[in-house]
Amino acid sequence: MFVTLMRPYLSIFTARFLMMLQYRVAALAGIATQFWFGAIMIMALSAFYASGHGSAPITLAEAITYIWLGQAFLGLLPWNVDPEIALMMRTGNVAYERLRPVDTYCYWLARAMAWRSAATLLRAIPLLFVTTVLFEFFGLEAWSLRPPPSFAALSLFVLSMVAVVFLSSAITTLLNISVVWTVSSQGINVVTNSLVLILSGMVIPLPLFPDWTRLLLLLQPLAGLVDIPYRIYFAHLSGGDAIAGIALQISWTIFFITLGRLLMTHTMRRFQIQGG
Amino acid sequence: MGALGLYARYAAASIKGQMQYPASFVMLTIGQFLSTIVEFIGIAALFARFQNLGNWTLAQVALFYGTVNISFALADMISRGFDVFGPLFVKTGEFDRLLLRPRATALQLLGHELRLTRLGRFLQGGLVLAIAVGLLDLSWGLPQLTLWLGAIAGGVALFLGLVVLQATLAFWTIESLEVANTLTYGGVAAAQYPIEIYSRWLREFFTFVVPLSCIAYFPIVGVLGINDPLGAPRWFLYVSPLFGFAFLSIALLIWHLGERHYTSTGS
Repeated sequence: MFVTLMRPYLSIFTARFLMMLQYRVAALAGIATQFWFGAIMIMALSAFYASGHGSAPITLAEAITYIWLGQAFLGLLPWNVDPEIALMMRTGNVAYERLRPVDTYCYWLARAMAWRSAATLLRAIPLLFVTTVLFEFFGLEAWSLRPPPSFAALSLFVLSMVAVVFLSSAITTLLNISVVWTVSSQGINVVTNSLVLILSGMVIPLPLFPDWTRLLLLLQPLAGLVDIPYRIYFAHLSGGDAIAGIALQISWTIFFITLGRLLMTHTMRRFQIQGG
Repeated sequence: MGALGLYARYAAASIKGQMQYPASFVMLTIGQFLSTIVEFIGIAALFARFQNLGNWTLAQVALFYGTVNISFALADMISRGFDVFGPLFVKTGEFDRLLLRPRATALQLLGHELRLTRLGRFLQGGLVLAIAVGLLDLSWGLPQLTLWLGAIAGGVALFLGLVVLQATLAFWTIESLEVANTLTYGGVAAAQYPIEIYSRWLREFFTFVVPLSCIAYFPIVGVLGINDPLGAPRWFLYVSPLFGFAFLSIALLIWHLGERHYTSTGS
């Protein structure tokens, strides 16, 4: 029963996923850029840590691991509207989406999951390989991505990354729906972009922000995209804290899915297709 | 009409076009401002935790940051034609039409679009610069002011040179290559910190290959009036922005080579 219900969404996921895997050259260019940015951030952070003042809640090695994980999984961030859906909204082709015998929200969610995870997979694997194995080999240990301290940390991290895919796709789908009001996706993209970068931990690891902001930064939804899973990886969040972190990710995912569904029902009821 | 007069006409037409959608212009400019200011928020947070970066203070780093962001914003504003050269001119064969006109192709591409939304980054750089100038007790005599303006002009030339080189590649590859972003955006990211903090190989790359340090690090050290921790002599700090112009000249020479190699895609 469940499998039959899920089948159309699984097909959408597979089809989109295979299509995204076609963009290999773009991925290669992306990897080069990410190494570069990662290297610059690591050199700057090393210089800050070497200044010797103040105390940091995470060590430099942990911060470096955090940065490489961030560069590897950059593609998972929900920083923009799906350009194809934005185009559908402008041309009126979104009407066809409503005619499909599947739930439009679930359809878009499956689409977003395939889009985000395929783009990431291509970049993450080579980047993780180079920063762990090759860096070690070429004597760049100081710059390398360290393995997780325990098997438990690794398993919890994998679980948390699965939650990231869901959370990110739920946010992406919400962004897609909001294009109904703005028609152009550019405005949404620029604002989301900056919020996601700073509040997820991509600009600097969230624990390095002033201590009084710690709780606020942890509880906001975007921490679940970068900060929570990576801190679970190096066991800065372990045991009960790690479980609580994952629970927080799941809660925010449910929140965004509910909000997305509500907005979808609301807007689609009085939705006017742009002619043309 | 002279080249400057023609460029002024191109620019005026482009501005007029963008002003047809004032709401979109305002929104995108604010967006640019926000998405670039997050970088500075990150740097300020790191200073709040670690107090200083080696021997550098937040105010000093803000001066590097503001200057390089202003240069890049200006270059990004005028270089749109080169930026989209591959997909918009080579792939479509549109470049043939540029070649038929009795004007330099580089000038026509500069005139393609004056992207006003880049004011967002420009204003952000300006704000950070104002913070730096407010916090630092600098003497702004004629030499310092000239040097700072030289750094901006040299910076615009250097970033423009990078985009010209990226466009030149399209003569061979047809598509534009994203890799060039590593040097433009990545260059800004690197030069907003004093390059003294980086590893030797990166410092040398940014001095002898892409002379980014000559339009950010060295002139700003000159403006700050401190002794260069890397040991560059004082006179060098004052001539360093010229390397930005040298870089642009070389880029334009290579552009002409590429142009000679151009064969239309025929579409």
